Amino acid sequence: MSGKNNGYLVSSNLEKVLKAGHFAVTGELGPPQGADPEVIREKAALLKGYVDAVNITDNQTAIVRMSSIGAGTLVLQEGLEPIIQMTCRDRNRLAIQADLLGAHALGMRNLLCLTGDHQIFGNHPTAKNVYDMDSLQMVHMLTEMRDKAVFQCGDEVKGSTAGFLLGSAAAPFADPIDFRPLRLAKKVKAGSNFIQTQLVYDVKEFAKYMEKVRELGVHKETFILAGVGPLKSPGMAKYMKNNVPGILVPDEVIERMTEAGKEWKGKKAADLSPEEKKARSKAWQTEGIQVCIDLIKDIKKN
Amino acid sequence: MITGEQKPLEEIQALLGDAEKVLVVGCGTCVTVCFAGGSREAQILSASLRMASKLNDHPQDVTDVTVQRQCEWEYLDEIEKEIAEADIVLSLGCGIGVQAIAEHFPDTWVVPGLNTTFMGIPQEQGVWEERCAACGDCILGLTGGICPIARCSKSLLNGPCGGSEDGHCEIDPEVPCAWQLIYDRLTSMGKEDTLLELQPPKNWQVSRDGGPRKIIREDLRLISDEA
Repeated sequence: MSGKNNGYLVSSNLEKVLKAGHFAVTGELGPPQGADPEVIREKAALLKGYVDAVNITDNQTAIVRMSSIGAGTLVLQEGLEPIIQMTCRDRNRLAIQADLLGAHALGMRNLLCLTGDHQIFGNHPTAKNVYDMDSLQMVHMLTEMRDKAVFQCGDEVKGSTAGFLLGSAAAPFADPIDFRPLRLAKKVKAGSNFIQTQLVYDVKEFAKYMEKVRELGVHKETFILAGVGPLKSPGMAKYMKNNVPGILVPDEVIERMTEAGKEWKGKKAADLSPEEKKARSKAWQTEGIQVCIDLIKDIKKN
Repeated sequence: MITGEQKPLEEIQALLGDAEKVLVVGCGTCVTVCFAGGSREAQILSASLRMASKLNDHPQDVTDVTVQRQCEWEYLDEIEKEIAEADIVLSLGCGIGVQAIAEHFPDTWVVPGLNTTFMGIPQEQGVWEERCAACGDCILGLTGGICPIARCSKSLLNGPCGGSEDGHCEIDPEVPCAWQLIYDRLTSMGKEDTLLELQPPKNWQVSRDGGPRKIIREDLRLISDEA
């Protein structure tokens, strides 16, 4: 690894916070399905001062949106540090490397490498997918690009190279569950400097996963950021429990969400006045945020 | 084997237009085995087209013939006369058969009656599944005889991705997760360490991505002109 920058790989704010041993906080900013920069600026203003860096999603759920690098440029202008997300779904190795040279030139230093949701889920299901490489191969390619200044083909990068703090996603509760800690180890071996996990609602199960990760010694070679997300309603909690692969939502969390709306218990949405609906949503969302805060406290303990 | 599915009748009718003499050509190999374009299907389709054209007040003279393999010149030579008499040829072969007819009979207009789907296996009666993508650089030796290129929705070399549930792919609960199958097989055979090795980016140049492919075997070629 590069000895430049006082021992830092890229000297991003995120890297400094992580290497100082602090608890790093990252958020997520989804670019709009349009070209209005104000949307990004408004979202960035909401996050500024609360996060160490913000993930900018890349055609999330395979729906066309403003590009991650374009939105990341706007975020940088707002004084917030972006974590660019890049998927293997839409770009081959030429496009990935070219776009990232550009992103580096524009000042971006953190990157989350993802394989990407299959295009069948998005708004262009008839598109040709790329998947020239997978996320692990992307991390490895970009580690070489940063540390050895070479492209994937082996050619030298001319002049300065593109160096990013490289992140990967981890799904601690996905199938096959026994392989998950080993897959994390593989991602770290490929060069992942940090890991962002799928949403955690079940801290007990997450603790079991982390125990295995520690047994493998992986926690010493990377920074692991547990993913948390506020629930909007008991319906959302149930949907995630039953329909989203790799997400565990314990019954107690669903009960807490249901309890928050007990004042309107047994009433269908059609029976509620707009004011009542608003009040119920507000009650659910307040509890969703509280659940999130409690999860963070719990995860910190483990 | 190569599998195919017959196109909808309306689409076939549109391809045939108002041609008077139609020759339906079946193929006796892969598409016979997958019940899409053999002699039986050629006869049934011919009858359907005759009836449909009568109902449309534009009766067409539709006949059919089936060759052993549309993808070999010698079999196509056998139907030279029938082809010459037809205004249009409807091939029930795979895409290779259609192209072979076009190439072998340059004055004949040939249209496809099938959509060629994949190289696969009859999993059970009436069910076919894709198995091979002809990528040109077989990795089945690494993956326990289960191909992630053809069978993983994202063609991952370092799977599984985390999107599967109960052994099925996130794109469709009917599709088995190739990497779950690979994981189970390598684990059961004591070869799980293979899963921990980082597989490098694939060389797609030897697949279709490198352009149309050709194999030349000098040891098998006929020597036409001895020096």
